[in-house]
Amino acid sequence: MGTSNRAMDASAGPGTVVFRVRRFDPDSDGPSDIRWSEYVIPAHPGLTVLEALLLVQEEQDGGLAFRYSCRGAVCGSCAMVINGEVGLACRTQVSSLGNKVMVEPLPNLPVLRDLVVDMDVFFAKEESVMPWLRPSDPDPECERLVSPEDWREAEPYTNCILCASCQGVCPVAERAPDYLGPAALAKHYRFYADPRDGAGEERLRLVDNENGVHGCDMVWSCAKICPKGVPPTKGIGKTRAAIYHAKKAREGA
Amino acid sequence: MERTDILVIGGGLAGLRAAIAAHDAGRTVAVMSKVYPIRSHSGAAQGGVNASLGNHPDGGDDTWQGHAFDTIKGSDYLADQPRAEILAKDAPAAVIEMEHWGAYFSRFDDGRIAQRPFGGAGFPRTCFAADRTGHHLLHTCWEQTLKRGIKVYSEWLLLELVKHGDAVVGAVALHIPTGDIESFPTGAVILGAGGHGRIFAKTTNAYINTGSATAAAYRAGARLEDMEFVQFHPTTLYGTNILISEGVRGEGGLLRGADGERFMDRYAPSVMELAPRDIVARGIQTEANEGRAFEGDGSGYVHLDIRHLGADVITTRLPGIRQIAMEFAGVDPIDEPIPVQPGQHYSMGGIACDEDGVTDLPGLYAAGECSCVSVHGANRLGGNSLLETLVFGKRAGDRAAANAGGSGGSGGGAGDVPSFVYDKAVQTQHDLIDAFASRDSGVRQIDIRRRMQQTMTAKVGVFRDEAPLADAVSELAGLREEYASVSLDATNRCFNYDLIDTLELGGMIELAEATALGALKRTECRGSHWRIDHPGRDDDNWLKHTMATRADDGTPELSFDDVIITDYEPMERKY
Repeated sequence: MGTSNRAMDASAGPGTVVFRVRRFDPDSDGPSDIRWSEYVIPAHPGLTVLEALLLVQEEQDGGLAFRYSCRGAVCGSCAMVINGEVGLACRTQVSSLGNKVMVEPLPNLPVLRDLVVDMDVFFAKEESVMPWLRPSDPDPECERLVSPEDWREAEPYTNCILCASCQGVCPVAERAPDYLGPAALAKHYRFYADPRDGAGEERLRLVDNENGVHGCDMVWSCAKICPKGVPPTKGIGKTRAAIYHAKKAREGA
Repeated sequence: MERTDILVIGGGLAGLRAAIAAHDAGRTVAVMSKVYPIRSHSGAAQGGVNASLGNHPDGGDDTWQGHAFDTIKGSDYLADQPRAEILAKDAPAAVIEMEHWGAYFSRFDDGRIAQRPFGGAGFPRTCFAADRTGHHLLHTCWEQTLKRGIKVYSEWLLLELVKHGDAVVGAVALHIPTGDIESFPTGAVILGAGGHGRIFAKTTNAYINTGSATAAAYRAGARLEDMEFVQFHPTTLYGTNILISEGVRGEGGLLRGADGERFMDRYAPSVMELAPRDIVARGIQTEANEGRAFEGDGSGYVHLDIRHLGADVITTRLPGIRQIAMEFAGVDPIDEPIPVQPGQHYSMGGIACDEDGVTDLPGLYAAGECSCVSVHGANRLGGNSLLETLVFGKRAGDRAAANAGGSGGSGGGAGDVPSFVYDKAVQTQHDLIDAFASRDSGVRQIDIRRRMQQTMTAKVGVFRDEAPLADAVSELAGLREEYASVSLDATNRCFNYDLIDTLELGGMIELAEATALGALKRTECRGSHWRIDHPGRDDDNWLKHTMATRADDGTPELSFDDVIITDYEPMERKY
């Protein structure tokens, strides 16, 4: 019952918006089945796509599945494709979209149900880049001193919320499932560039391969889409340069 | 599921910090979370974490004793004093540990962790990472969890704690992606599962903050403490009630009414905008009630003005706030004031426990917002909640690990528990869900949920009075009865959010009832609890914790425990 199309051929009346949502039910749909549901939503100024989807779930179709948590663009749960563009549903204003809105799951990750994709794959990649600080000196009594200036390089990368928007727009992720992807490589660079870290070349070896930094097409799609202003491509480029210089230094030695 | 020594429920800061402590003490540990841990609400904390590091040029004389005093005064003397002292004393080590583990913090030019002034604090004591402190701490704890290889069960919703005799020996949970229901046998359960702000209509809390673990502990027989003490944050974004950090005022933000004038001189003349949250929230609400705020949709708002700070400070110290204001209110705070109003923000009350997370039930521990230690008393100071998760998460993890090793004690030992205990607990949940699924009453959870939220915001809010509170108590009891007839709209097996919402609502109503009843019975003003019909604090009768026990029919029964008072004599609380 939950997955029936309750408002087929819906059209937008005054003050309403039609939401066309891509559906997938693992119990009844095949992997290549394409199925949509349409819902008419009363719109008001300030209504976000996430709130609109919640209204559908609460009042029209309890079976519609999508992830959400904070609704304030900090938790990273609700990345999806909205009118053809990847974004966080919670920070996308319906008023910016016209009176027809098409919503699809985030690309380049397996769909589990409706707008819910398999994030285990994504998090496993993050885990593989040793995403924790490894200082080479013993912990001092107080904090490690780092001037604001010395933080400048790594700081932008610390703001990643792991929403996977970048994964959804990455052309390499689309064709190469084993590619680590922009989020994991940005996380990698966050620790490589951390002025307190001492794992240096060991870190570089983790991504010195075609599924790592050498796989990147350098088209900057990820950096453009990031809701938090993280520039993965830039970090990937700098990691490549660091690998190059480390090899040169070894050859020179 | 495979048995572990310790099962932590909740993947936010308190839960992860507890899991790390128990793991480092040599125990087998698993973390269960209804979302991926980094989606937890800890990540939404903005302004900072308090510790008397003395890094700020004006903070050189700061001490943990000063921090403890401010916390106790801020609590309106309802905090248990030795526990507030532990919070303050352990704070510097807790913050430094996070730095050593890799957390990003904003820095002073000398390289030390930056600190900013916060409400109710005698010194600039709040360590911060721009206005994304919770995000950075949560990710750091998550990274440390990965480093240790701690087993994490993401997207498992706790349904019920499993008891054997009096002891908690495990949990039953729903796997959201598949709909499977499984038992998790364990030596001890630590709940670090966050607050229950979603029982209110206007709240800064994430949608996930439903208090499902608190409600499960309550059903299992644990007492809830001081539930009537609900923090209303003074500055939530008008329209969506997204949090606008206290750090904004810490950096110099000013509150202005509809006439453009500052008004905090009427409520806290010496500290103005940096009064504690309860006082600022009442100030704004009074301005609205007396017609001096902007009208908006009837609920009223005021302006939070940071234009005078300049673009540089705003973009380096408050970048997240600027982004929120622009994206959700269409306002760039560099050019325009931010429209704000009070909204529910934090649950001071929760599962009664001591300074080691020990609850009424053997084998059950609690930490973080779902717990009530009590260190926040009647009003929490900004910057003390992130701190609480780190200090008391660690202590709960340490204690649970120590107990799990010994024979007897509160460690229990699921090894001795017959398997039918778990089988029966799983079957009970299957039966409950089948009952919802097989009904076709047409009564939807969302209808009951909205009425509960509206009742709480309208009648158990910033200003309280006997008649509306009594109405709230009876309305909530009525909603609990209606809840028994709810039927599902969706019966799909996997990712059935209609089912999740329905299951959680039952607990939410019971937490709301305990909150409203506590507010009705407490005939005084203290901290966040303001009774217009009972002006003034009443230390003779109400220097007491409200303890709620769940009766078999789900109604709360109240009793009262003494506050632990040691060195800090209750005084009039003025700022």
